[in-house]
Amino acid sequence: MIGLDEYIRNVLYIDLSRKRFWVDDRRELFEEYLGGVGVASKILMEECPKNADPLGPENVIVFAVGPLNGLFPLASKTVACFKSPLTGFYGESHAGGRSAIAIRQAGYGAIVIKGASEKPVYVAVHGRRVSFRDASALWGLRNSITVGRVLREIEEGAGVRTIMRIGMAGENLVSYASVNTETYRHFGRLGLGAVFGSKKLKAIVVSGKLTLPVSDKKMYREVYDMIYESAIKSAAMKKYHDLGTAANILPLNSIGALPTKNLRQSSFEHAENISGERLAERYLGRRVACAHCPVACIHLAALREPYVTEPYFYKTTMISYDHELLYALGSMIGVKDAEGVLKLIDEAEKWGVDAMMTGTILSWMTEAYERGLIGVDETLGLKLEWGSVEAYTKAIEYIVKAANELYGAAAKGLEALVERYGGEDFALSYGGNGMPGYHTGPGAHLTYLTGARHSHLDSAGYSLDQEILKGKKMNVQDIARELYREESWRQILSSLVVCFFSRGIYTPENVCKALKVLDYDFREDDLKRLGERILRNKNQFKEREGFNILALKFPKRIFETPTSFGMLDEKTLYEGVKEFYSILSAED
Amino acid sequence: MVKRLSVIDSNRCTGCQSCMFACSRRFGVGGLADSAIHVRSVGGIEHGFVVIVCRACPDPPCAKVCPVDALKVRVGGGVILDSTKCIGCGLCARSCPYGAIFWNDRENKPNICVYCGYCARYCPHDVIALEELG
Repeated sequence: MIGLDEYIRNVLYIDLSRKRFWVDDRRELFEEYLGGVGVASKILMEECPKNADPLGPENVIVFAVGPLNGLFPLASKTVACFKSPLTGFYGESHAGGRSAIAIRQAGYGAIVIKGASEKPVYVAVHGRRVSFRDASALWGLRNSITVGRVLREIEEGAGVRTIMRIGMAGENLVSYASVNTETYRHFGRLGLGAVFGSKKLKAIVVSGKLTLPVSDKKMYREVYDMIYESAIKSAAMKKYHDLGTAANILPLNSIGALPTKNLRQSSFEHAENISGERLAERYLGRRVACAHCPVACIHLAALREPYVTEPYFYKTTMISYDHELLYALGSMIGVKDAEGVLKLIDEAEKWGVDAMMTGTILSWMTEAYERGLIGVDETLGLKLEWGSVEAYTKAIEYIVKAANELYGAAAKGLEALVERYGGEDFALSYGGNGMPGYHTGPGAHLTYLTGARHSHLDSAGYSLDQEILKGKKMNVQDIARELYREESWRQILSSLVVCFFSRGIYTPENVCKALKVLDYDFREDDLKRLGERILRNKNQFKEREGFNILALKFPKRIFETPTSFGMLDEKTLYEGVKEFYSILSAED
Repeated sequence: MVKRLSVIDSNRCTGCQSCMFACSRRFGVGGLADSAIHVRSVGGIEHGFVVIVCRACPDPPCAKVCPVDALKVRVGGGVILDSTKCIGCGLCARSCPYGAIFWNDRENKPNICVYCGYCARYCPHDVIALEELG
C-alpha cells in the first residue's frame, strides 16, 4: 500500500547510551497506522518498558511525521511521544516550525531516541548522516534562544532544517520543561524538555532534501490546489492569519469564559489590554509560518524597552504570542498590560518552560500566598501578588533553579505543591497537567479530564461548548459521545500529520483524496475506525502504567466560578466522564 | 517578452516556503529536492527571510564558468540548461553570488530556474512575481 514511498517507513533509532544509530524498515507500522501519533504511540509501547522512570534512560522519545508531510499544505506538524515526567503517564506533544518537513525530507517517518548519554551531547541528522556531537559547552546556557543561534552557525541546512533544543529548565529536569524549535514553536506540554535533559540531550538538528513521488501527478496537483485554495480563502484561516489565536481573548472574555486570577473570575477587567487586537495594533512586528503553511498564524510582537542606565539606548525583542500564553501569563495571574505579559512569555521562552503550566503554577502560588499557605520565608522574599510581573519573573528563575523547597516543589508541578502545602481545591490540575485557557462550560472541562494528554486540543470541548451556547441541544452523555468522536478523528489528523487548525479543510473526504494521490487506499469508515483504534492504543499505554480515568478529580475551583453557562454541576460532569470511559472501554 | 522571477518585497515573506514546494511540484513530485528557489531566515526567524531566486543576469557568471557549455545565455538574460551536456561539476553553483543555483543530489546536476513563474502563483503574500525583462 505504501510501495511508492521508500522514505516514510524508515525509522531512525538513536541510542544515546552507546552512541549508535540504525535504520529499521517499519513498513508494517506505517501501513497500519499511517504515521504521526498512530505510529509513535505504538513505538512508545514497544520501546518504553512498563513502570519506566520518565527521567530514566529507559524512557524513549519518538518523533513521528506522516505521509502528507512534505506533500500537502498545512501538513506541518511533528508528533512527539514519551512517558511524561509531569503526569507520570502518557506524554504527547505536537510542534510545527520546520520540524516535520525536516524529518520527512531527511528520509524518515520517525526518529526514536533511546538511552541516555553520560555527557551533554547534541545529535545532528543530515539525511543519512547521523553524528553525536559534544554539547558540554552549550550546557548551562541561560537563554535557550542562544542555543539555536550557536547551532545555526555551525550546522548545515539553513532553510530546510529544524533545531530542537532545550533551555536550563530541561537540563534541571523541571517536569514541564519544553523543547523549543525554530525559536517560536514548541513541544510545550507534558515535559518533553525534561526527558531531553535526563538524557543529557541538549538538541537535535535534522535536515534534508528529497523528491517524494506520487502515484498520479495530475491528481496530485488538483488535490493540492483544492486544499491550498481552501486554506487561503477560508474565514477560519483568515482569522488565524490576521490576529492569530490571540483573537480568542475578547470573545471568551465577553461570554465569561476567560480564566482569570486562578479562576476566581471568568472575565478579566483588563482583557482589552492583552487582546489580539491590542497586540496587533501596538506590538505586532512580524508574522511567520511553519514550513508549508500558507496561513502564517505565528505572531511576533516587537517589544521595545529602554535601558534605564543610558538614555536613547533600547533593545527590541521579538516575542511570539498566542491565546494560551496571553491567558496563562496574563489573565490567569492578573497581569494587566501587554508589555508585562510579553516579558513573562519571553522569560518562559528563555528558560524553556511550558508557559501554560508555568501560568497555572504561578496562579496557584499567588492564591496560596494570599491565603497564607506560603509566606515570604517560602517565596524567598517575593511578594507574589496578582499582576506582579517583576516578582513572577524572579519566581520563574527560582523554579527553574529549584531554589528552595517551595520552588523545588513548583518545578515538579501542582500536585507536588499541593502535597506539601495544601490548597488542593484551587489547584487547577487535570491529571497533573495545568488548565488551558477556556472556562466555557462542561465540554471544555470534560476534554481536559478525559483527553489522552489532558490538553484542550485533544477533543476541543471548548469549541463544542460554544456551539451549545449558540443553541445546539446536548446533554452530558451527548457531549461525552461527541468528544470521543472528535478525539478519535483527531488521531487521524495527527497521524498524517496536519495542523488541527486545518481540520475544517482536512475532512474525511479530503483526507481520502490526499491519501489516494499517494497510493493509499482508505475509505472514510476505515479512517474513523483507525482513529478509534489509535485512541485505544494510547489508553492502553496509560492503563499499563496504572492510569485510572475514573480516579481523576476535577479541581473544586471550577465549580465555584461561573462559566458561560453559569455554574457547572459536579455530579453531571462526573457522569460525563463515566460515559466517555464506557465508550472508550467498550471498544476494547 | 522575456521574463524573470522577481522578489517584490521580502519583508512580506512569512517563510511558509509554498514557493519552494511549488517549484518541485512542477514535475509532479513532492518534497524540495527539485526546487530552484530557496527561502531561509536572515540569521534567525525573528529577523525575517531571504528569498533566493535566479536574477536572470544579462551576463551570467554561471554560464561563463561552465566547462561543457551546458548553460546557454538566454536572449534578454538568464540561462537555459542543457542537462544532456552537464557533467555535474558544480562550478555554476559556486560562481553564483546569490547562491541561486541549487544542487540536485539525486541527479547530481543543478536545479536551474526556468522563469516559469509557477512558484509565484503559490505565494500567498505577494512576495515574488514574474516580471518582464527589459
